[in-house]
Amino acid sequence: MKPLNIVLTGVGGQGILLASDILCQVGMAVGYDVKKTDVHGMAQRGGSVVSHVRLADKVFSPLVSTGAADFLLAFEKLEACRWARFLHRGGVAVVSDEAIPTLALAGSSGGAPYPDDTTIAHILCAHASQVDIVPAASLATELGNPRVANVILLGTLSRFLDIPVESWHHTIEERVPPKFQELNLRAFDVGREPMAREYHPC
Amino acid sequence: MKRLLLGNEALALGADAANVTVATGYPGTPSTEILERFARYPGVYAEWSPNEKVALEVGIGAALVGARTMVTMKHVGLNVAADPFFAVAHMGVEGGLVIVSADDPGMHSSQGEQDNRNYAKFAKVPLLEPSDSQECVDMMRVGLELSESFDTPVLLRVTGRISHAQSLVEVNAEQIERPRVAGSHAFGRDPEKYVMLPAHARQRRVIMEERLHDLQAYAETTPLNHISWGDRRLGIVSSSIAYQYAREVFPKASFLKLGMAYPLPVQLIAEFASQVATLLIVEELDPFMEEQVRALPSVPPEHVLGKEVFPSIGEFSSELVARCALEHDLIASEFVSLPASRESSDQPEPQVELPARAPLLCPGCGHRATFFTLRQLMFQDQTSVAEVGQAEGGGTPGTDGPYHRGTLERRRQYGVVVNGDIGCYTLGAFQPLFAMDTCACMGASIGMALGMERGGGKNKVMAVIGDSTFYHSGITGLVDVGTSGAATTVVILDNGTTAMTGGNVNPGTGSTVDGRPARRVDLETLCRGLGVEDVQVVDAFDVQEIEYQLGRALQSTEPSVLIVRSQCVLQGRPASDMVSYVDAEKCVGCWACLVTACPALVRNRDKVEIVTTLCADCQVCNQICPHDAIVQVSRHPSNDAAGVPSAGPDPANQATEREKARP
Ligand SMILES: Cc1ncc(C[n+]2csc(CCOP(=O)(O)OP(=O)(O)O)c2C)c(N)n1
Ligand code: SF4
Ligand code: SF4
Repeated sequence: MKPLNIVLTGVGGQGILLASDILCQVGMAVGYDVKKTDVHGMAQRGGSVVSHVRLADKVFSPLVSTGAADFLLAFEKLEACRWARFLHRGGVAVVSDEAIPTLALAGSSGGAPYPDDTTIAHILCAHASQVDIVPAASLATELGNPRVANVILLGTLSRFLDIPVESWHHTIEERVPPKFQELNLRAFDVGREPMAREYHPC
Repeated sequence: MKRLLLGNEALALGADAANVTVATGYPGTPSTEILERFARYPGVYAEWSPNEKVALEVGIGAALVGARTMVTMKHVGLNVAADPFFAVAHMGVEGGLVIVSADDPGMHSSQGEQDNRNYAKFAKVPLLEPSDSQECVDMMRVGLELSESFDTPVLLRVTGRISHAQSLVEVNAEQIERPRVAGSHAFGRDPEKYVMLPAHARQRRVIMEERLHDLQAYAETTPLNHISWGDRRLGIVSSSIAYQYAREVFPKASFLKLGMAYPLPVQLIAEFASQVATLLIVEELDPFMEEQVRALPSVPPEHVLGKEVFPSIGEFSSELVARCALEHDLIASEFVSLPASRESSDQPEPQVELPARAPLLCPGCGHRATFFTLRQLMFQDQTSVAEVGQAEGGGTPGTDGPYHRGTLERRRQYGVVVNGDIGCYTLGAFQPLFAMDTCACMGASIGMALGMERGGGKNKVMAVIGDSTFYHSGITGLVDVGTSGAATTVVILDNGTTAMTGGNVNPGTGSTVDGRPARRVDLETLCRGLGVEDVQVVDAFDVQEIEYQLGRALQSTEPSVLIVRSQCVLQGRPASDMVSYVDAEKCVGCWACLVTACPALVRNRDKVEIVTTLCADCQVCNQICPHDAIVQVSRHPSNDAAGVPSAGPDPANQATEREKARP
């Protein structure tokens, strides 16, 4: 099977780890060897989170190398920029349009301002062959729960992967508690809609 | 059935499947999930001990009465447990005893880097090193068997990238369902083995050397160490996660994979070396295997490559292994498969500096007000805290706000010295709180503060320590303070949990790791019992009271303990219906509140705003704002007053409440 390297990123508390778990489980279900590792020093305290997922017939290193990711799934725009260098030239960035501000007064370190949208598009396009911006947070709020933004993004990512939609549905049903299944399946389908995102060829 | 498991989950599963009935440990990244996960299995005993030394001592006791036992800790934890570790290496065991050390190459979440494989050699015990989750399960079982058959504790060493990576594990259903064999064992009295007097220890030393000899023979034949032949021009010796990187980067090479990395299978290595042109040793951190291999008379040193190619600092990756192999030009490039190349990008990346996203104390964290106050104390000489606050609050928007770098740095020289410790509160060392002068190792703050006082330092000194860290190794420091006649001030930040490592129970929590109610230590009584009479408890969100009590304690000639109490927001503190709100009319953009580094406070041009969804209603910023611009309002403003917050309780009244409470 075609090897896949996927990097997921965002800020602690955005549901990234659940999303990467679902992704791994789907990979397993369709017969891949799977490795995943999270790099999240003190993410619980609002730091940047990166999750590496590797799917192939046989995976050795759990870490995706710089310039080797086929997909970047970003839950936050600034983090998308920070980790875009993981993508190879043909790689695709699926990015939520959410912006989570950094500390307003960080003294000497981290004093740079939050980049504007033009700069963000610039950085992403320097690395990706295509950037899909998904208004995941507002779509999730429309669905009635901002927390399902992560599953919406998975839906968008799923459009690029050669994995049957039933496998996704099945795994989501397995992973989320019964009373949230309906909602999460809807979120996934919304993300999978072509209309969900704004498309930027780079 | 295959399951995707973290290395840490796999170790817990392996322990359960191999009939471990007792597991102890002290939390520490990247080891924590092992015990948290193991505790969920039915019929086992698991405890978070007060520290690693106690954890190992409990583990030794359990092993001596025949229970299969696992003890878990992070790398630096083994420094704390080193004394019993060497002792049990002499004594041996009855039931299998596996000590798991989770190292942290790259220091993702540690105060230092060290290679704990050295401990195996140091204490003359066998060392196992899994390279994925399946091996974590298997080696836990092998480790317990080895421990029993060779009468020795076993060191099972993982690294963060093993602990915190998920890979597939074959789990058989009966493993999960198997009922636990509950046994009661009689202690086999054997003073010559278990009473380590010099006369007995001398006998045990001889036995230790013989044991090592036998283990060495075992290492030669165990399937844990195996060769897979490829191109014989390049032979690679590797273990742990480095093996996975090497497999990816050198697909054509021959491999000697070591699952048991101490004692080394010297004959196997010599045989492998004799059949390959170049012997490349790929290991993270120290040249642990390399030094031993180079010492083998049968291996020609000029055929061995190791640390001249790879660094001995930090974490490896496939990328790094490939890059080093190519850069040093010691290995033919035809062997090196690059995982990817950045050069393929044809568009240059714009040179934009991105703002860092540093970890921060949570909104509503009980440590915030204390560090805000400490910051004021550090930046003053004998002037009052209030004065400093005013000076800092008086900055003009657009300039460097509350910093006034020059003057404050000078004042800081004379201000209070804050000896910090390890926990979430260490984040108080970062800008803009910037209120910690030292942080060495768990519990060091108290002894160091006492030492600064005795050393005749000109500054007032104090110690700041978290509750879990205090139980871990602050108590003995406080005994010294209480009995030495010093005037040391100790602040204990009591949030009822070991928050930094994910909210693990500690002796003050009142429950066990598997969620049953437990007796808790009464911290105030403990401190008084240790010889400190001046013990005060304050509410962690009462800025004025903290300021007052700290000022008082620092002036006092007696030792004092100030317990600052709150519940960690991540430990089920009920959500509030209220939030803080910045009245834009009153906010002058002085940025005084931003010094608290609360993630909910954001700058919007020349004013501050509060992100309502993040605010935890701790009201610390309200008390700090010199212009009374921050008020408490309802979280759900009524519909008719769109955008206008509904009135909350009058902050002035609360201040009066506090005034009344002050002694
Ligand atoms: C010897 C040692 N063991 C374990 C750790 C991991 N560790 C870092 S901070 C900490 C405890 C923090 O708890 P506490 O002092 O209560 O502070 P909190 O995080 O709750 O603010 C632990 C266990 C360590 N750094 N060193
Ligand atoms: S986890 Fe608890 S102790 Fe740590 S920063 Fe958050 S509130 Fe504070
Ligand atoms: S905004 Fe103010 S009240 Fe809200 S959590 Fe932060 S410091 Fe506390």
